Amino acid sequence: MERLIGILSELHPEVDFENSDKLIDNNIIDSFDIVTLIAEINDEFDITIPVEEIVPENFNSAKALFCLIERLQNNE
Amino acid sequence: MNGVSMQFTSYSFLLFLLVLFAVYYLIPKRFQWMLLLVASYVFYSFVGIKYGIYMLATTVSTFFTGRKLNSLSSKQAEYLASNKDALSKEEIKEYRQRIKSIRKRWILLCLLFSFGILAVLKYTDFGISNINSVAKIFNPEWSLPVKNFIIPLGISFYTFQSAGYLIDIYREKYKYESNFLKFALFISYFPQLVQGPISRFDDLKKTLFEEHSLDRENISFGFQRILWGYFKKLVIADRLYVAVKTIIGDTQEFTGVFVLLGMLFYAIELYADFSGGIDITLGISQALGIRQAENFNRPFFSKSIAEYWRRWHITLGTWFKDYMYYPVSLSKPVTRLSKFCKDKFGKPVGKRVPVYVSTLLIWFTTGLWHGASWNFVVWGLLNAVVIVVSHELSPLYERFHGRYHISHTFIFRLFQVVRTFWLMCFLRTLDCYPGVGKTFRMVGTVFTNLNIRELLQGGFMKLGLTVPDYIVIIAAVGLLLAVSLAQRTGSIREKIAKKPFVSYCVNFALFLSIIVFGAYGVGYDAAQFIYSRF
Repeated sequence: MERLIGILSELHPEVDFENSDKLIDNNIIDSFDIVTLIAEINDEFDITIPVEEIVPENFNSAKALFCLIERLQNNE
Repeated sequence: MNGVSMQFTSYSFLLFLLVLFAVYYLIPKRFQWMLLLVASYVFYSFVGIKYGIYMLATTVSTFFTGRKLNSLSSKQAEYLASNKDALSKEEIKEYRQRIKSIRKRWILLCLLFSFGILAVLKYTDFGISNINSVAKIFNPEWSLPVKNFIIPLGISFYTFQSAGYLIDIYREKYKYESNFLKFALFISYFPQLVQGPISRFDDLKKTLFEEHSLDRENISFGFQRILWGYFKKLVIADRLYVAVKTIIGDTQEFTGVFVLLGMLFYAIELYADFSGGIDITLGISQALGIRQAENFNRPFFSKSIAEYWRRWHITLGTWFKDYMYYPVSLSKPVTRLSKFCKDKFGKPVGKRVPVYVSTLLIWFTTGLWHGASWNFVVWGLLNAVVIVVSHELSPLYERFHGRYHISHTFIFRLFQVVRTFWLMCFLRTLDCYPGVGKTFRMVGTVFTNLNIRELLQGGFMKLGLTVPDYIVIIAAVGLLLAVSLAQRTGSIREKIAKKPFVSYCVNFALFLSIIVFGAYGVGYDAAQFIYSRF
């Protein structure tokens, strides 16, 4: 989780990612950020986030994103 | 059937709607969706039944491909479930890959077919004219004849809608629709054929195939929205159309300040025309008990172009984002390119490559979607450039805001809104003048020969509008602005509905103003919606 928060904070240092749960709904991260984020996560966690997983439920909070990463790690 | 117009603004369409509403609520509810299917094809037959063949071809190919994709998924799930102990991890992976590649072939074939029809009908002449332009350099005598295909109504909308459905099935977002007739209704549902919105199957099916009782709120809200749509279209858009057409039509006379005025008028005309049409569409749907996605969210209050595109033609923007931007950004070639750039030029460049490559590609396609001409291609690419440059400059903005603390002041927000509005106005001129060169020349006159005095000395009266026309425009646009501002705190229709008398008065006033102030007669063209040509 710490590694993920690190990646997110590098993208938007001003956002409190530990407590935000409406990152997409409130336009805190946009489509540019998502693509950058996915590339970083794929590299860092050695997974491939497929396009069909790009839904608000998976990107609205750091916690949801971390669950996605864990799920993909277990599947791969 | 020739000679009978089925445009939203025609009397025959209003009659068609009245008959449809009456029959819809009189027949047994289980037949309602079937009636809508028949009504949709009847509506399309007035446009030209032979063009319905294209829509039917897309419907049939998408339906059967969706079924095939679904059956391959089910087959895979069954096989893996029954052999889960017998197969190794590698064998499971290999089997999944094999099924995936078969599914990929099916979807590509079907998308190629649907987009092929769109490409041939919409872009053949654009391709031929470009070939002819190049050939002219080598041999002035030689040229290919243009085909002049008639573009079927709604083809850009229903092709994208059917492609979205198919991609969702491919991604296993939901199961395919097993009833062919219900699927045919999803593609052909008549209110959305003129200018969208581009619906998602999982969203629209919730209400499209349901049984609907006569509901007072749905009918009242629906008709109110239809009236508001006609008000925007007939009172504002069709009146401003006259002035915009006059300004664009004479590039010798109307330069400088007139071009600027044309930009302002066209912005309001386009918004009133497109959002008015969408209001009519969503109003019809609501009166039928059907919910469709919103296509606008007060776009002229946007503080940046990226935000503007999240609030204007929302369903097209989200379509491109979900079905093109993300797949392209995360595709293997773009990922490889990104890694290459990261190794060669460092992490910041590598990070930007997928985002910027996809942005340029998406905007190139968005431009082409709007029309087969270089004007639209340049318009799309300029949008991309502004978005990318804004993104690059954002650290600079943040430093500026950190230093001066003005980003939350009303004046600064107003500045951002006005800046975005005029930036979009400049880009939109490519939609008006024929040819990219001519467009830039005309925009150039704003800076080289503004000449405001010419406008103030009777210039307004040269644009085909009278003093009463201007009074109507100012009052109507004032009302539009007031409504937009009031919408910040929620739905106005819900607020009005709490006071029935006010609600009746509003409906009556809207109806009366459409009849009295609607732009009809010689010189006006109430038939065409701008976006119906896309």
